[in-house]
Amino acid sequence: MGNFLCSSSVGRKLIMSLSGCFLVLFLIFHMSMNIAAIFSEDAYNMICAFLGANWYALVATVILAGGVIVHLVYAVLLTLQNRKARGAQRYAVTVKEEGVAWSSKNMLLIGFIVVLGLLLHLYNFWYHMQLQELLGNHTNDFGYSPADGVSLIRDLFAQPVFCVIYLVWFAAIWFHLTHGVWSMFQSVGFANATWYPRLKLISNIMATIIFLGFAVVVVVFYIKSICPACCVA
Amino acid sequence: MNLKLKIWRQANAKTTGKFDIYNIDNISPDISFLEMLDILNNDLIHSGKEPIAFDHDCREGICGMCSLHINGHAHGPDSEITTCQLHMRKFNDGETITIEPWRSTAFPVIKDLVVDRTSYDKILQAGGFVSVNTGGVPDANAIPISKPDSDESMDAAACIGCGACAATCKNGSAMLFVAARVSSLAKLPQGKVEGARRAKAMVAKMDELGFGNCSNTGACEAECPKLISIGHIARLNREFLSAKLQD
Repeated sequence: MGNFLCSSSVGRKLIMSLSGCFLVLFLIFHMSMNIAAIFSEDAYNMICAFLGANWYALVATVILAGGVIVHLVYAVLLTLQNRKARGAQRYAVTVKEEGVAWSSKNMLLIGFIVVLGLLLHLYNFWYHMQLQELLGNHTNDFGYSPADGVSLIRDLFAQPVFCVIYLVWFAAIWFHLTHGVWSMFQSVGFANATWYPRLKLISNIMATIIFLGFAVVVVVFYIKSICPACCVA
Repeated sequence: MNLKLKIWRQANAKTTGKFDIYNIDNISPDISFLEMLDILNNDLIHSGKEPIAFDHDCREGICGMCSLHINGHAHGPDSEITTCQLHMRKFNDGETITIEPWRSTAFPVIKDLVVDRTSYDKILQAGGFVSVNTGGVPDANAIPISKPDSDESMDAAACIGCGACAATCKNGSAMLFVAARVSSLAKLPQGKVEGARRAKAMVAKMDELGFGNCSNTGACEAECPKLISIGHIARLNREFLSAKLQD
C-alpha cells in the first residue's frame, strides 16, 4: 500500500503536501518562540535552554531535519520528472496565463533561496547554540553560553546587511507559502470551487503573519542597536 | 488583413523542425483561424510547395481535434474556445503570429503542427469507462441524481480531450484531463461503483506514459477551452488517495 507514495504522481504530491504542512507548523512554532525575545530576553533564553542538547529537543531536531530533507529531495525529484515530461523542445513564445501566480511556477527557485537562507541561519544560530552544547563546549566562538540566544540575535541584527539578508529570506518564504499553503490542501484533495478563494486567502494571511512575525524581531533588534532607549524590554 | 506567420515545420517525428515565415495578405477578419490556414495551404499547393499539416475535424469546438499553440496560448489568445472557433479579428493587421505544435514528451510531433495524442486515448482505455452493459437510456426518474451532482458531472464531461492542459502545463501534466474523466463518472451512481479502480488505473497509466506531476499552478484551467476546473483535480486526488488507503 505504501508503495504509491513513491511510485505515483499523486502519492509523491501527498508527500510534498504533508512534509510542507509539517514545516509550516514548525515555522509557526519558531515564530512564536522568537516573538518572546521582543517582550523578554530572559524568557527567550529560557526557551533556548529548554531546547538545548537534551534528548527530546534532539529527537525533534532530527525529525525536523528529516522533514526538510524529504521536502527538498522530493521537490528536486518531481521537478526533474516534470522537466522530462515537458520535453527538450520548448515553446518559442510563452505567456503568463490569466490568474496563474508567479510563485506557483517558481516554487523550486524560491525553495532554493529559502534553503540558502536556512544554511546561513543554521550557521548563525544552530552552530553557535545546540551544536556547541552537543560538542560539550560551555561557550561558543563569541564567548557566549550556547543557551544565550538573545546575545546572538542582538549582535547579528545590529548589522544592517544581515537584517536585509534575513528580510529577503522571509520574503522568499512568503512567496513560497502563498502557493504552498493552499496547494497542500489541493494535493490531499481538500479543495473545491467554493473553497479556492478561502484557501488562497488563508494562504496569504498565513504567509503574511509568518513574514511579519519573523521580520518584527529583526526590525526591533535593529532599532534597539541604533537606539537602545527606543524599545525597552 | 495582412499577416506574417511564423509556423513550425517538421517533416516527421524523427527530424528536427524549424520555424518558417509566411506572409499572407487580404485575410478577412471574419474567417476562422483554421480557414486562414486553409487559404495559406491553398496558396502553398498552387505554388508547388508542401502544405502545412495541422489537425482539425468538426470545426465547431466539440471534437477536440484541433490544437495549435498560438502566440503562447493553447487554442490562441481568446478564452473558452478551441482554435477552430478563433476568429482572425482577434489579431491586428500586420501582426506576426507564432504557431507551434503542442510541446510535451507524451505528445510527440508527427508532422508540422500535428502531434500524436494517442497517450490520452490510452489513459481513457485504462479506466475511463463503465464496464457493465447499462442497456438503453434509463427513465429520467429511475435513478435519482441531485442537480449539483449532475451539474458537476456534466461540467467535467465537457472535456473534449484536446490536450491543451498537458500542452500548457509547465510540468507536462495530464491531471486536468484525467481528473475530468474520473470526476464526471465519480459523480454519477453508474460510474461511482468503479470509482476507486478507475482512479488508480488512470493515474497509473498517466504516470507510465511520461506525463509530469501536477504542481497546482492552475495554468491548465486558464487555457482549457471548456473551462474544466482544477476542483476536479482535487476530487481525483481524493478518489485516488482514498482508494490507495483502502487497499
